[in-house]
Amino acid sequence: MSMGQGEFVALLGANGSGKSTLLKAALGMLGLSAGSISVLGRPAGSANAQVGYLPQRRAFDGGTRLRGRDIVRLGRDGARWGVPLPAPRWSAAGRRRSADAERVAETIELVGASVYADRPIGELSGGEQQRLLIAQALVQRPRLLLLDEPLDSLDLPNQATVAALVARICREAGVAVLLVAHDVNPLLPYLDRVVYLARGRAVEGTVEEVIDSETLSGLYGVPVEVLKARDGRLVVVGQPEPPAHHHDRHEHSHEHEHVH
Amino acid sequence: MTNPTLTWNVVRDASEVLEYHFMVNALLAGTIVAVMAGLLGWLMVLRAQTFAGHTLAMMAFPGATGAALIGVAAAWGYFAFCGVGALMIGWLAGGRTRSWSEQSAGIGAVQALALALGFLFVSLYGGVLGDLENLLFGTFLGVSDGQVLTLAAVAAGSLLALAALGRPLLFASIDPDLAGARGVPVRGLSIVFLGLLGLAVAATSQVTGVLLVFALLVAPAATAQVLTPRPGLSLVLTVAIGIAIVWLGLGIAYFSAYPAGFYVASIAFALYMLARVWVWARGTYASRRRASSGPEQPEMGVIDVAPPEGVIA
Repeated sequence: MSMGQGEFVALLGANGSGKSTLLKAALGMLGLSAGSISVLGRPAGSANAQVGYLPQRRAFDGGTRLRGRDIVRLGRDGARWGVPLPAPRWSAAGRRRSADAERVAETIELVGASVYADRPIGELSGGEQQRLLIAQALVQRPRLLLLDEPLDSLDLPNQATVAALVARICREAGVAVLLVAHDVNPLLPYLDRVVYLARGRAVEGTVEEVIDSETLSGLYGVPVEVLKARDGRLVVVGQPEPPAHHHDRHEHSHEHEHVH
Repeated sequence: MTNPTLTWNVVRDASEVLEYHFMVNALLAGTIVAVMAGLLGWLMVLRAQTFAGHTLAMMAFPGATGAALIGVAAAWGYFAFCGVGALMIGWLAGGRTRSWSEQSAGIGAVQALALALGFLFVSLYGGVLGDLENLLFGTFLGVSDGQVLTLAAVAAGSLLALAALGRPLLFASIDPDLAGARGVPVRGLSIVFLGLLGLAVAATSQVTGVLLVFALLVAPAATAQVLTPRPGLSLVLTVAIGIAIVWLGLGIAYFSAYPAGFYVASIAFALYMLARVWVWARGTYASRRRASSGPEQPEMGVIDVAPPEGVIA
């Protein structure tokens, strides 16, 4: 597979099919036993400064006493050694400090989190935390955004707004987005392409090409049926159950099986 | 010395306290400890490593008794055991990559071993270990010039290390996954932090005792973090609260018959409770005002309104 600039691609597949692993490999955090990955024209891991990454769902503990703004700020300068000491505005350090603060404020504004960015992160709702974490991934102005299940454990309205936010950033800032998702439905209006992983293989194409009875049956090796609800939602029926121990996070729903 | 009595003249009382060399040393040592323990404790509380800090403080018990047993200065025992303890916790707990229940079980095992070794050393020593009470509750009023210098050196070293590592350490504490992806050595920083904590505890507990070092590590940081989510302000508050606790505790102890450690720990606890009550009362007041001003009021900014740093257009 390959991704172009400004493309919005969803990475789908059952739990344990290797979606998160693929993101980590693209960041150079995991080695490859076969094949190769190049990111922004360089080997995986060496272009990480231009890659924004949102690891799989991290809920902040209710007692975490830092503001959302500080969390976003860490995405900007967290890997820099030293501590930000107070410095006069005219000095080099002071100018850098106010430039950093300005960039952080801009990014928070971009994701629409300005109103609650100064509240402790632990007191915010899941959707609010997720917006701030997307801001954290965006604050370095990356050219590629790797989002690992950003919609997971959000309620349906929040899934829709976060999906729309990611799509808007993708279009307006020209950032390529590779988003790992469990359920393709909230993303349907925005996706350029999808990649579907199962049984160690992958299918790539537009939503219509991939989420299709014939394609998925071929991928899974058993008959799978894709039904289209009246509102355009897709329901996949009959794909093999993933092994039980992969199922602990989503005991209430089958893959893509949201019937409303 | 004659029985000191408290008068209404604060300046006269203070100058009386400062006439005694042992009080000056106690105040100096207490201030150094308040700054060092406060800053390391702030990160410890944020990293939810309070239990690890408590275990390191307990390491001083086998350290001191072991040193007495083989006949070397107690300081060697403190530094050796706290250092080894920090490494063991770092290794057993596996940094922050293992689950919290696994980590705390490992740390608990280290603590049990430390206490058992301490008791073994006491019984092997046979004779009466007269220092046992000092070991637990400190010798605040008997701090030597040499101890003040050692403390100052250790504090300067740990503050320099913190200044160099501060931001990545905070990043790794809050968000280890992302920090790792951005090239921060999360595991290494975790072990270095425990090492710094062990060093600070070893230096501090010689003065404040095994039990009190923990009060100075936890209470000021916990109080400050309850009061504000702004990291800079929170750190400044931590140090200020620590210094206030030590000065007040020592000042009161000078004019009373009871040990300084008791006052320091009690004031620390009282301030923490006050902060909790204050935040609770403020939250209740705010939600009541919101309820009475009608449901169409926006919910934002109710709990903690810190003025924004930059102006947001």
